[in-house]
Amino acid sequence: MAIKKFAVACYDDEEVLFPAVKKVRNSGYKLHDVYTPFPVHGLDGALGLKETDLHVAGFIYGITGTSTAVGFMSWIFCSDWPINFGGKPHWSLPAFIPITFELTVLFAAVGMVLTFCYLNQIMPGVKKHVFHPRQTDDLFVVALEINDHTNEEEVINFLKSTNAVETSIQVAESEWWFGRWDKKEPYELA
Amino acid sequence: MHLKYESFVREPLVDGDKTYHQVTEDIISPIEKKPGRMWYVGFFFSVTLLLLGVFSVFWEVYYGIGVWGINRTVGWGWDITNFVWWVGIGHAGTLISAILLLFRQGWRTGVNRAAEAMTIFAVMCAGQFPIFHMGRVWDGFFVLPYPNGRGPLWPNFNSALLWDVFAISTYFTVSLLFWYSGLIPDFATVRDRATTKLRKRLYGLASFGWTGTAKNWQRHEALSLVLAGLSTPLVLSVHTIVSFDFATSVIPGWHTTIFPPYFVAGAIFSGFAMVQTLLIICRKILGLEEYITVGHLEAMNKVIVLTGSIVGVAYLTELFMSWYSGVLYEQDAFKWRILGPYWWSYWAMMTCNVVSPQLFWFKKLRRNIPFTFIMSIVVNIGMWFERFVIIVTSLYRDYLPGSWTYYSPTWPEIGFYLGTFGLFFTCFFLFAKYFPVIAVAEIKFVLKTSGDNYKRKMEAIDAKTTEEFKHELDHAHH
Repeated sequence: MAIKKFAVACYDDEEVLFPAVKKVRNSGYKLHDVYTPFPVHGLDGALGLKETDLHVAGFIYGITGTSTAVGFMSWIFCSDWPINFGGKPHWSLPAFIPITFELTVLFAAVGMVLTFCYLNQIMPGVKKHVFHPRQTDDLFVVALEINDHTNEEEVINFLKSTNAVETSIQVAESEWWFGRWDKKEPYELA
Repeated sequence: MHLKYESFVREPLVDGDKTYHQVTEDIISPIEKKPGRMWYVGFFFSVTLLLLGVFSVFWEVYYGIGVWGINRTVGWGWDITNFVWWVGIGHAGTLISAILLLFRQGWRTGVNRAAEAMTIFAVMCAGQFPIFHMGRVWDGFFVLPYPNGRGPLWPNFNSALLWDVFAISTYFTVSLLFWYSGLIPDFATVRDRATTKLRKRLYGLASFGWTGTAKNWQRHEALSLVLAGLSTPLVLSVHTIVSFDFATSVIPGWHTTIFPPYFVAGAIFSGFAMVQTLLIICRKILGLEEYITVGHLEAMNKVIVLTGSIVGVAYLTELFMSWYSGVLYEQDAFKWRILGPYWWSYWAMMTCNVVSPQLFWFKKLRRNIPFTFIMSIVVNIGMWFERFVIIVTSLYRDYLPGSWTYYSPTWPEIGFYLGTFGLFFTCFFLFAKYFPVIAVAEIKFVLKTSGDNYKRKMEAIDAKTTEEFKHELDHAHH
């Protein structure tokens, strides 16, 4: 939890956003984040973000599901309560395949979605600062982190030179917190 | 220079001159307006049906399963027919959202949200039937492998019916997660433009606090891709396992290896028909004709004619195999299907599923909306009869002529079936009112490649020869 000062620039097209992001990264200002209304391909590369490892997590969850299913069914039918089904072997692996497959998918999907929410720090009740109400509509927003020593006019002029359609200085919470979206936060009222 | 390029052979996926903001406006504004009179009429009609269903189920639970028309010979009647029918309908949603994503079919973006919603509601309806078919429904949790005081005695993991429990519940969970993860960014869009406090609060909760940072989107893309990869074999497995309910038995007409592919094709066939029925109404009422275009409907009609033909081939293969097997019981099972007292159900199935979809080979009919609407209902009637034929007409004349019988449903069975329509449409009406019916972010993502106005901008480039274009491009870079 930390209230910080931001210089915000809004762009109205991803084609303007890319050169702007390049300039911002070269300018020496501290880039807080970039917000877009839809996934912009190549933006993660332009920002120098690493590829996500979410799919690796998914694989691990899937394998966990596979071994849970096979292990559980094997233990039940071979050790805990062996039942003779028409003289068939207790350890009837082919008959275990459907449930094993389903649990693999179930574990992978549930695990991945929970990991996704954890990594992105999202869940019902979470609130984050929205720099521009149209950042989920049609604006591409770049937020720079500044402090009291930054020359605000200079930052704004710089952002305007990158073809921003709208610029502003905002004081806002930089992390997430629990809150209601229909209520204003103390820092917003100040 | 913007170099996202899509061939002109492909028609635009979004008609009209759309900007990003216009897309948001078109899709989100129905949520913010009061619903029209048609919505109220439809919603209350659905709730009435739902209440009828609740009453029918109450009657069955209170007096026992004897109030249904099923008997010792025909142990599975309308209940399992409806179960398979609803599960099958659910398959189109996952096919559209998952398999077509992997196949990079751009047209899925216009229809996937509604189709996935339909999947979830259809699976909810399907689930009711095996649960209440149990009779003593309060013991239904016995199907779950939990440490119990009876030994612990576990369920039989070798049983196709138990596989079904796992398949359907996994399918429901994964579809729900897939659907909801796509909805999160769109809920954030609704939240950020909300003007009333209540809407801001509720969509704030529903959006999980999504703000759309670059990293969040990167993870979102990775999640969608992997969930699509998981859902693809999942959707095929679900109806395969449903078909195992029959195929692993020794009933003539059921004991056959063709069932899994035949059931999956039939499921996609009926599911796409239901998507057509819903979307043709939806696009009209919500004014989304520019997003769900005739091109979208045509693409789905192509899937219908393909899967309908696969189903037709499967019917003929079944007939051939029953004769070729040389087994008297197999041969008779099919003879009674075609010529026995239930002949009308077999011929209804054949006409609706095999003959009528062939009309979709004509492009004019594929793009004709009233015709598509009628066909979508015909196909679903046909697919209901298919399940009825498979279930009832395999059972009513079994090995012992002494136990041959005729089965008709009683009012609680019919009421139960109508009740699931009530459940389905109640959910769908609420969805159409309160949820973004089209995936807003995904449409914006394809807008510049497939939007009408953006495609037209490419016409100048398209007119050039490759050499000219390359020359200019090289020039632009130096």
